[in-house]
Amino acid sequence: MHIDVRDIHKHYGPTKANNGITLTVEPGTIHGILGENGAGKSTLMKILAGYIRKTSGTILVNGSARDYNTPAQAARLGIGMLYQEPLDFPPLTVLDNFMVGQAAGMKDRKSYYRREFELLVDHFNFDLNPDGPVDKLTIGERQQLEIIRLLALGAEVLILDEPTTGISREQKEALFVALKKLASEDKSVLLVSHKLQDAEALCDTVTVLRQGVVTGSVHHPYDAGAILEMMFGVPPGSPSRSAVEYGKTILSMKDVSASGGRSGLAHCTTSIRQGEMVGLAGLGGSGQEVFLRLAVGLTKPSTGSIELMGEEAQGKTLHTFKKAGVAFLPASRLEEGLMPGLNITEHFALQDRDDGFLVKWHSASETAQAKIQKFRVMGTPDSTVESLSGGNQQRLLLSLLSKDSKLLLLEHPTRGLDVESANWVWWHLHKYCQRKTSVVFSSSDLDEILMVADRILVFFNGRIVKDVRKDETDIDELTRAIVGKAH
Amino acid sequence: MDVSNNMKYATFFRFFRDVILTVIVVFSFTTLILLLAGAPPLAAYYQIFKGSLGSWLKLGQVISVWIPLTLCSCGLLYTFRINLWNIGVEGQVMMGAVFTTFVLRFGMNGHMPLLYLCAAFAAGVAGGAVWALFAGYLKTRGGIHEIFAGLGLNFVAQAIILWLIFGPWKRPGIASMSGTEPLPRDLWLPYVSYMRLSVVGLTLAVIAIVVTALMLRYTKIGLYLKAIGSNLNAAHMFDLNPRTYMLIAMVFAGGCAGLAGSIQVTGVYHRLIPAISSNYGYLALLVVMLSNYNVWISPAVAFFFACLNVGSIQLPMVLQLDSSLSGVIQGALVLAALAMHAWRMRTQKTEGIALS
Repeated sequence: MHIDVRDIHKHYGPTKANNGITLTVEPGTIHGILGENGAGKSTLMKILAGYIRKTSGTILVNGSARDYNTPAQAARLGIGMLYQEPLDFPPLTVLDNFMVGQAAGMKDRKSYYRREFELLVDHFNFDLNPDGPVDKLTIGERQQLEIIRLLALGAEVLILDEPTTGISREQKEALFVALKKLASEDKSVLLVSHKLQDAEALCDTVTVLRQGVVTGSVHHPYDAGAILEMMFGVPPGSPSRSAVEYGKTILSMKDVSASGGRSGLAHCTTSIRQGEMVGLAGLGGSGQEVFLRLAVGLTKPSTGSIELMGEEAQGKTLHTFKKAGVAFLPASRLEEGLMPGLNITEHFALQDRDDGFLVKWHSASETAQAKIQKFRVMGTPDSTVESLSGGNQQRLLLSLLSKDSKLLLLEHPTRGLDVESANWVWWHLHKYCQRKTSVVFSSSDLDEILMVADRILVFFNGRIVKDVRKDETDIDELTRAIVGKAH
Repeated sequence: MDVSNNMKYATFFRFFRDVILTVIVVFSFTTLILLLAGAPPLAAYYQIFKGSLGSWLKLGQVISVWIPLTLCSCGLLYTFRINLWNIGVEGQVMMGAVFTTFVLRFGMNGHMPLLYLCAAFAAGVAGGAVWALFAGYLKTRGGIHEIFAGLGLNFVAQAIILWLIFGPWKRPGIASMSGTEPLPRDLWLPYVSYMRLSVVGLTLAVIAIVVTALMLRYTKIGLYLKAIGSNLNAAHMFDLNPRTYMLIAMVFAGGCAGLAGSIQVTGVYHRLIPAISSNYGYLALLVVMLSNYNVWISPAVAFFFACLNVGSIQLPMVLQLDSSLSGVIQGALVLAALAMHAWRMRTQKTEGIALS
């Protein structure tokens, strides 16, 4: 299907998320949309998918102008979108989710859809059990489900928003194979990403957005430098890392087990020293998230002992951990980290813990102003946090951390961030390490872990299967460890 | 600067538009109901107006209803701020009245009435607060939803009042629905004679509005209530203990409601009667929702409801309508306003707030 997007505008008050975007998607191609956070990629895609309304502009489908306002209307035209967080119904089974939106009427046609489902799963070599519940699936598996559901609905154009974020390497490879297959079957794929590698591996054409406008469109093969320049104006530098002396042990766990997540955590023994930057690798839900929550007192161990700066800490509350200088930034920023509905000033006011009865609004607003500048948050002290983009929410969370933190625990700190924001985050965290703060983070991106961590813990099925210094390992060894082939 | 000013004007305009639309919807809806009930709408509106604002005495009655409504609304603003549905506010008014009566019974023989009155008010506030704390503990320790806990406690409070009136506190010789022995005059709140209005009650209600506004806007407690209410899961990230602040909010709400109970006993009925709370607690829930949880708008909405409440008393006599019509109109009001609220949320969503 041939899609022509002409002069699309989307304005939110004075902010122009899309400011006159024009692009063409040819049938049978994979078309990449690149740009940093807040460049307007997601907005454009949501307009195409009928999820939000454009302010002005025209969309031509196979040459004729179409006006549609809902995802259902878009689906009837053959346009389907896979959102960053798959929009599915977790309590239902995989097959029920597959049937949502296509099975109408009273008649039970489960066996028919089961055959359809199996055909599609085989076609793409996906690994999905039709009778399992969706809430037990990983993000990658939920994507696979969503893709075949959209195809069964008759999608000719498939839009994917940051599909490689938060999924494993195998799932990514399976996804890429499936997308290439789709393109060879004359369907069009629109791939939104801020990862250059994804575009290089997959896309026939790449359109780059910056601040709501198209800054360039290029065809395979690509000149990475040129694309980066279109994305950022000037190519960003890589973060540098200077050697740090490690200090005393800050956190140690002995034979700790706890439940939670997909696999829980079993018999974990390890220790973290001052100034260390430790990366937690592993497939999503292999125990990293339990580890981080144990280390900040959010989860209590069922057995084993935890020591914080030489003192017994298991069974203590989050309050005790926080007082000792432990800070935790969860992956779901708006759900667990920030307060939607409150503005930036109010967040800084919340942090102020002197004994006064009144809120010092004046100083909170000054702090907010200063931190916004220092951390380059795109927003004003009056901006509510949910109006910030993901990258800016992360910057705000980092700006809320105390300078005197002893141990920082971060869950996917750069998930959904563009290259420049991610580099900035690492630069900022390295400054913490130089002040003898220990940083422990989880990430689904092995390249990133290898780039920034001093030491790597690999989790598999609730156990730490590898604990190595960065310079003593390589990507192949880590990849094997992640899937449980450590030895 | 220009941009933010424009935004402010836009926000103000939208608010203004919503208020006007709400009023139009509410009036058309109410008119429809009056027509369905076979009443001439204009005559009915006129009767309600005359019955509520037609004389000083009527205005005094309206304000006497407005006082407990406003006090309960102020209390509910704290609990709504932290996202608690304090439906037990009704029972908290009752327990405030019970505690007040309890203290005043010791002062019946006439020495130092002012001291007994002050003690009675303190007891009323405490009574409401304790009753609210029960619901609060059931919520924070027992995991029982505050709506069920509150509703249950409302029934218990009502039963306690009936038991007291027909049991230990019954009038000598007779026990009747008309309540306990009337209080001697020196234990009544002083009132303006031609309006039958207690100035003390009015002053306390106004103070409650101002204090609530300041508390929510300028104190840390206000900020913490808002924060926890907006995202319970992130509260611990900011080292806030939701349980503590839920209990604090309940205490404020119960205290305000208890104060309303004290005023009902000392300023309006001068004794404990079975219907001492007069459903003002439930009505206050609607007032606060209708005013969009705004501390400055809710007194106005409360006044409107008070007018409706007092003004519709004579509708049955004058227009031969069923006396339950006033309740139907109030319910219709709330439905209309909630529909407007839902519509507003929808337009906000499509007009778009978040950036991608």
